[in-house]
Amino acid sequence: MVELTQERTIDRSHMQVSDEVAIEIRNMNKWYGSFHVLRDVNLTVQRGERIVICGPSGSGKSTLIRCINRLEEHQSGDIIVDGTELSSDLKNIDKIRSEVGMCFQHFNLFPHLTILENCTLAPIWVRNTPKKEAEETAMHFLEKVKIPDQAHKYPGMLSGGQQQRVAIARSLCMKPRIMLFDEPTSALDPEMIKEVLDTMIELAEEGMTMLCVTHEMGFAQAVANRVIFMDQGQIVEQNEPTEFFNNPQSERTQLFLSQIIGH
Amino acid sequence: MSDTHAQTVPYVRKTMVEQSPPPASEIGVVKWLRENLFSGPLNIILTLISLWVVYWVVSHVGPWLINGIWDADSLSECREIRNATMGEGTSAACFGVIGERWQQLVYGFYPKEAYWRPVVALLVFFAGLAPVLFASLPRKLLYFTMASPFLMFMLLWGGSIWGPIAVALGFGVGYAAIKLISPINGLLGTVAAIVLPILYWFLIAGPLAGAVNSVLPIGLEYIPSKDFGGFLLSSIIGVAGIFLSLPLGILLALARQSDLPIIKWCAVTFIEVIRGVPLIVWLFTASLLLNYFLPPGTNFDLMLRVIIMVTLFSAAYIAEVVRGGLAALPKGQYEGADSLGLNYWQSMQLIILPQALKISIPGIVNTFIGLFKDTTLVVFIGLFDPLGLAGAIRASTEWNGIYWELFLFIGIMFFIACFSMGRYSLYLEKKLQRDHR
Ligand SMILES: Nc1ncnc2c1ncn2[C@@H]1O[C@H](COP(=O)(O)OP(=O)(O)OP(=O)(O)O)[C@@H](O)[C@H]1O
Ligand SMILES: [Mg+2]
Repeated sequence: MVELTQERTIDRSHMQVSDEVAIEIRNMNKWYGSFHVLRDVNLTVQRGERIVICGPSGSGKSTLIRCINRLEEHQSGDIIVDGTELSSDLKNIDKIRSEVGMCFQHFNLFPHLTILENCTLAPIWVRNTPKKEAEETAMHFLEKVKIPDQAHKYPGMLSGGQQQRVAIARSLCMKPRIMLFDEPTSALDPEMIKEVLDTMIELAEEGMTMLCVTHEMGFAQAVANRVIFMDQGQIVEQNEPTEFFNNPQSERTQLFLSQIIGH
Repeated sequence: MSDTHAQTVPYVRKTMVEQSPPPASEIGVVKWLRENLFSGPLNIILTLISLWVVYWVVSHVGPWLINGIWDADSLSECREIRNATMGEGTSAACFGVIGERWQQLVYGFYPKEAYWRPVVALLVFFAGLAPVLFASLPRKLLYFTMASPFLMFMLLWGGSIWGPIAVALGFGVGYAAIKLISPINGLLGTVAAIVLPILYWFLIAGPLAGAVNSVLPIGLEYIPSKDFGGFLLSSIIGVAGIFLSLPLGILLALARQSDLPIIKWCAVTFIEVIRGVPLIVWLFTASLLLNYFLPPGTNFDLMLRVIIMVTLFSAAYIAEVVRGGLAALPKGQYEGADSLGLNYWQSMQLIILPQALKISIPGIVNTFIGLFKDTTLVVFIGLFDPLGLAGAIRASTEWNGIYWELFLFIGIMFFIACFSMGRYSLYLEKKLQRDHR
């Protein structure tokens, strides 16, 4: 676990949560074949909220956030993102995907394109942004994640932490209204975890709506305004971070927390 | 390691060890020889056997090549020259046949006064190919590349200039359909872009070309397909097959991965049926059976039929090679593209295919080389490829009885073409190398 709070004071001035609903999930169920992965999930995310999702391996955390931008299809219930309901209509899906950024555990950068091209590709092709403008935006975000000097290298030449920051910049170039993170730091060495978390904290400070699957409890305590604990495809407990960590209600949560805080 | 315990446990290095050159026994020719050729009893024996085989081949073929006689008009003249200058029974090739007949091997029965046309067509081909092969050339040249197939057709077959132009306009029709209709309805635009050009080609292109030609007859002398032969024929079939089968093969590979069962099963059936039957059978089908299916009186060029068959045949192989490349890509690449909001065709064109094709380059080029060599099979359906012509030359009275020299020439020509393809594929692989592995 990487300690963050001592080293850095977090600017909460922009971190207000508005009444506007960003994501609404109602009675959502998903099966893989006959395996019931997500069971009756209900979740409302306000705009500006930062939610950390944790839970044991195989509990369906990845599946849940992948359903939000339809990398996985749910079989029953509703998911409404930014007022658009996720259905099999391809137009809706592409629209939602371009509004929702996603960062993966293994970065998923495009190895045949330079860092800059990785960042400008979607704005140019999906948003029809002129190339020059897209490049300016890309450089702006690369500066933000502190790697503008790597812009003309290929992803294979960067360290893991740098690659993940590029992946974040690549998503930001689409000016998303919501960001999803699926264990963005779990493939990284401790040194690099910190640089990625710093980038994510900065994002939070700017008021981005964020859903993060992560086991970085320091991060959860620092920026989350809600922590969700999942087990066996269900939301078992959710609470604001201090309460969640100091006073967990369910037995499952207590067990889980004792295990991860233990080491 | 006796001092291990003498040291106190914490250890800090005070001086760094500098890099030094390797010992002398690790470099030089002698070391190379010992390590690579004479490193053990087995290796010594193998080296000696190889040396003997090389000597044996060179000592037999060498004199034959060096003594080769170039200025003779017939095999008997060759023999006379040999007997007069080198004595009877000396081993000597008779390359006179190549000097006298190379034009036939290269052009077939193409009219002599029009030999310049295939030559110019070849130049057009390379000029059109260059910007495709070498990304450093200006992209504007690609417009010439697009025009080059029509230009080459015009040069090779001749006839009215309006025919190729009318056909080319069909692509304009398709492009216009996409540009005008797609913004209104994407699916309708795609369908229109396929259907409209086809309708145009079947119904309008012919009469249009005829009408314009009657007003303004410009063109080259028409040369029928049956006059084509030799390397000209092989190259046309090979090049057309290669350039048509690549896009078709890619589409088939994508279709085979499709989520829509109908598309998927059509692709699978097509690939399996085509692959499962020898090419020669397809060529016979092209030359004989199609006549039964086509309405009587249609004159469907045999060469065109062969090109279609060869294309379909290699497309099936390309599809499987490309499918391997697609399968080798990590799932994360598809998800990365999806999560950014790229649609199916965009993610294929920008993310998936560039990487999958890169992986597939060796397999694709392998298929192309096979295709090019397989063009010699057309000899069995009565087209005169270089081998067919070699047969014809040997049947003539002057050259009756000659064969090594002709086959050597043909072999070298094919080797040059195939070897360059192989080299280009290596160049491309190196150039596209993006990771440190
Ligand atoms: N494509 C799939 N087909 C079948 N089962 C799957 C598939 N993907 C995931 N599962 C199963 O669904 C369950 C939930 O998986 P998921 O990846 O969402 O877990 P997770 O909470 O993200 O776990 P982790 O912390 O290990 O990433 C697991 O039991 C997994 O085995
Ligand atoms: Mg996961």
